[in-house]
Amino acid sequence: MSDDTELPGTLAPPMANGEVLFDAPWQGRVFGMARALAQAGAYDWDEFRARLMDEIAGWDRRHGADPTAEYAYYDHFLRAFERLLADKGLVSADSVGARATAFRARPHGYDHHHHHDHPHDDHSGH
Amino acid sequence: MSDASSPALRAEALESLLIERGLLSAEAVDDVIATYNDRVGPMNGARVVARAWTDPAFKARLLADGTAAIGEFSFDGAQTEKLVVVENTPEIHNLVVCTLCSCYPWAVLGLPPRWYKDPAYRSRVVREPRRVLEEFGVKLPAATRVRVWDSSAEVRYMVLPQRPPATDDLDEAALAALVSRDAMIGTALIPPRGNRGE
Repeated sequence: MSDDTELPGTLAPPMANGEVLFDAPWQGRVFGMARALAQAGAYDWDEFRARLMDEIAGWDRRHGADPTAEYAYYDHFLRAFERLLADKGLVSADSVGARATAFRARPHGYDHHHHHDHPHDDHSGH
Repeated sequence: MSDASSPALRAEALESLLIERGLLSAEAVDDVIATYNDRVGPMNGARVVARAWTDPAFKARLLADGTAAIGEFSFDGAQTEKLVVVENTPEIHNLVVCTLCSCYPWAVLGLPPRWYKDPAYRSRVVREPRRVLEEFGVKLPAATRVRVWDSSAEVRYMVLPQRPPATDDLDEAALAALVSRDAMIGTALIPPRGNRGE
């Protein structure tokens, strides 16, 4: 095998020219949620894809002619996912908004020091 | 607008609601991410390409029915959509895009790079493929025709690049190491040996 440290079956190259998959952790979470729920049979992936295409087509119609317009793929991905969950009756937009608002009210620094399965604000100040 | 509409907060809200309702576990989400981080990526496609370069019978099967041929490898994340492999030759250069969203042959290439999803690439590749290729640093002979393949919900495309010259001494694993992700999308060529800036 000489200098060949990779066994033929191992998967080293060419991740080298890959890039980080997600620009922010939430993007990975949304991607993971969408795939995991499809794998669990909550919907067919095509149902998700149809909504993603629709979201992106909307952006293309509004901004496609403007080369300076900012495009954020995972924002579309998230909206498509939220729409799908609402259409399926799994999670309503209102409940997402309410929960997000509640999270926003967490004490400063919460995100950085505590895991989200460990609510902390109950015992602050008492 | 309150930042309760920030994508990060909404994503976190969604995950907590889905878990609370017993629809999902955090571990299932972790698993998907880990799979794409570690086990599904362009190295899979590179192995397919290297085998096609070294095994003419496999290459014939691959070009005839890409989905069945990659089934001969045991990659994570089965290719559920039809996979069509298109071969680059001196006469024809193939280029893959998804004009409507981001359809991509995940099982062999992993998740698409950011530029693949951008509106500029999606719209320009169809209109002016040669110009886009030049911006990627790909200069094709004038006589080479460029063919653009638009992915869809049903069909995904992967490019089988041309084998670089003077690689007869390399085995399948060494050949796979030469194959870049972009070469399998069609936005790169595989440089000749001894000419790789790594």
